[in-house]
Amino acid sequence: MSILVNKNSKVIVQGITGGEGAFHSQQMIDYGSNIVAGVTPGKGGSFILKQNIPVFNSVEEAQSNTNANVSIIFVPPAFASEAIIEASEANIELIVCITEGVPINDMAIAMRVLEKNKTKLIGPNCPGIISVDECKLGIMPGFICKKGTIGVVSKSGTLTYEAIGQLASVGLGQTTAVGIGGDPIIGTTMKEILELFEKDQETEGVVMIGEIGGQMENEAALWAKKNMTKPVVGFIAGQTAPPGRRMGHAGAIVSGGDDTAEAKMQIMKESGIEVCESVADIGKKMKKSLETT
Amino acid sequence: MKIHEYQGKEIFRSFNIPVPIGYAVNKLDDVEKVIKKVQNESKKDAVVVKAQIHAGGRGKGGGVKFSSGLSTAVNNANKIFGMNLVTHQTGERGQKVRKILIEEASNISKEFYCAITLDRSLGLFVFMVSTEGGMEIEKVAEETPEKIVKVWIDPLIGMKSFHARKLAFGLQLTGSAYKEAVSLFLNLFKCFIRTDASLAEINPLVLTNDNKIVALDCKLNFDGNALYRQKDILSLRDTNEEDPTELEADKFDLNYIKLDGNVGCMVNGAGLAMATMDIIKISGGEPANFLDVGGTASADTVKNGFKIILSDKNVKAILINIFGGIVRCDRVANGVVEAVKELGLDVPVVVRLEGTNSEEAKEILARSKLSIIPASDMKDAALKVVKSI
Repeated sequence: MSILVNKNSKVIVQGITGGEGAFHSQQMIDYGSNIVAGVTPGKGGSFILKQNIPVFNSVEEAQSNTNANVSIIFVPPAFASEAIIEASEANIELIVCITEGVPINDMAIAMRVLEKNKTKLIGPNCPGIISVDECKLGIMPGFICKKGTIGVVSKSGTLTYEAIGQLASVGLGQTTAVGIGGDPIIGTTMKEILELFEKDQETEGVVMIGEIGGQMENEAALWAKKNMTKPVVGFIAGQTAPPGRRMGHAGAIVSGGDDTAEAKMQIMKESGIEVCESVADIGKKMKKSLETT
Repeated sequence: MKIHEYQGKEIFRSFNIPVPIGYAVNKLDDVEKVIKKVQNESKKDAVVVKAQIHAGGRGKGGGVKFSSGLSTAVNNANKIFGMNLVTHQTGERGQKVRKILIEEASNISKEFYCAITLDRSLGLFVFMVSTEGGMEIEKVAEETPEKIVKVWIDPLIGMKSFHARKLAFGLQLTGSAYKEAVSLFLNLFKCFIRTDASLAEINPLVLTNDNKIVALDCKLNFDGNALYRQKDILSLRDTNEEDPTELEADKFDLNYIKLDGNVGCMVNGAGLAMATMDIIKISGGEPANFLDVGGTASADTVKNGFKIILSDKNVKAILINIFGGIVRCDRVANGVVEAVKELGLDVPVVVRLEGTNSEEAKEILARSKLSIIPASDMKDAALKVVKSI
């Protein structure tokens, strides 16, 4: 089992003919993901990626021809929120938006459409999802993952790889790794991913990696305190970040109150999450938590 | 992106948000002329001289002076212009005042607080006002949260009159002042959306003795992601207010933030970069910077990153931490070797490379015979770099 995507997911790629889109689509196919179509307005009717993948002019057309249920978006930031809305209106169930730099106001509007259509969105500004050995949807390097029992949820790309690397070094594999993105408005929260991992029968423990800014980690921790039966190991990046500065991710900014690393770590500890002071302890703590439960 | 108060007030004027009569001055020779102009137009002797820097807390730092007439105003302008203004937001280094704003003095009856920003957890805009103007809003929120009135605005629907009425009633306004406040709030929201602002704050918003509502201060921050479609806003950027090294890094599309420590770091990915800074601190060192070389780091990016880090004279050692995914470690290693050869390093460099092509990368570094210290994982790297100083 896994969460969000599996080998039955039928995927279309929005922006498949762009440099990034084409490169990562091939990588996803090589991993075993079931990419059924691409969308680039004006290039409908053509084929791409060794002439294997049909390209359509719209998501609606791609969806009705292939019965796809998942879409991944690689279009430039100015068009990303429209791509999200288009996919949602075309009855796609799950959208992953990799694009970085989407204006906040655009995302605020897109979120309302997603709510109306009950569409799930991962991202934007995220590395995507890997359900190990089943489906890779995004830009994460597949080879670092190994099939196992740990769920990983993170706001950051490379920090997710770091966590996976550490899990591997203590002999732990993953069910699904999800990068939810580092923007101020993102489609799916940490809490929602924790809920999915709690329900997933194969997942035995969860690594949750957050960072400064926002309340998402706190909300997830408070939910976990009441509902989570599986061990959770947590880490917050940005303990040394100066307040008021945007640390790379648009959302990673301390604006005062309980969005500092310190405050989040405290709330997580109080909620029964095993908090790592140092990023180097993630693997070891997860192993220990599994042994004691 | 941040802008100056005087620029924000220009934007306010274009959205029919009332602000005091005032003009910015960027050389001392013009001061007297501008003061007289403000006095003339406002038909008042008293003016306020305000330092224009991006940081807040200017009043407490001595950057805002009430002046009863021409001579005191000229005096105050002379004092403030060119001063190194230190506030709680500038840090100890302070910020040089290169522009001042000369503004008519207002007769204040009441001071309010007013702001719009994004409520991240709800994905809605939140518009808040408070009768406790002039104070730090964080303090009001903590001590007397009931004195803050909020409305949440759905981005699809926008701000409606009833939202604005609730806010104006919340400030206990009546008569013409109430009407002016309602229209100001609606205009402020329009301004917020049309300029892609991330924060619009008026503190204080005042009720004058003659019953007018005026924005006495103005703070506008903008969404960096939306600047591509806000050319007018982008043209207001004042690079004097930014760290020169950060500006240089910006040219190379490197995400760099200068800090006060002595361990330079170069990392791919914002999250990993923050975690690297944190582990340096835990290991007993102090990070000199945040530097995310991004998801497509090439040999060139690495070289430019090196130059930026080394331009900070506090840097006594460098830690490179790359977890290759899309980024290929062998390319990064080539960049490191090239940079070290070209720039002739005299500080120790600790390198940790993991992920895509990391084995090839380790060979490249070993073959180069440069005195680069390899590390096996993050903890090892942090300990080695701190020890090397």
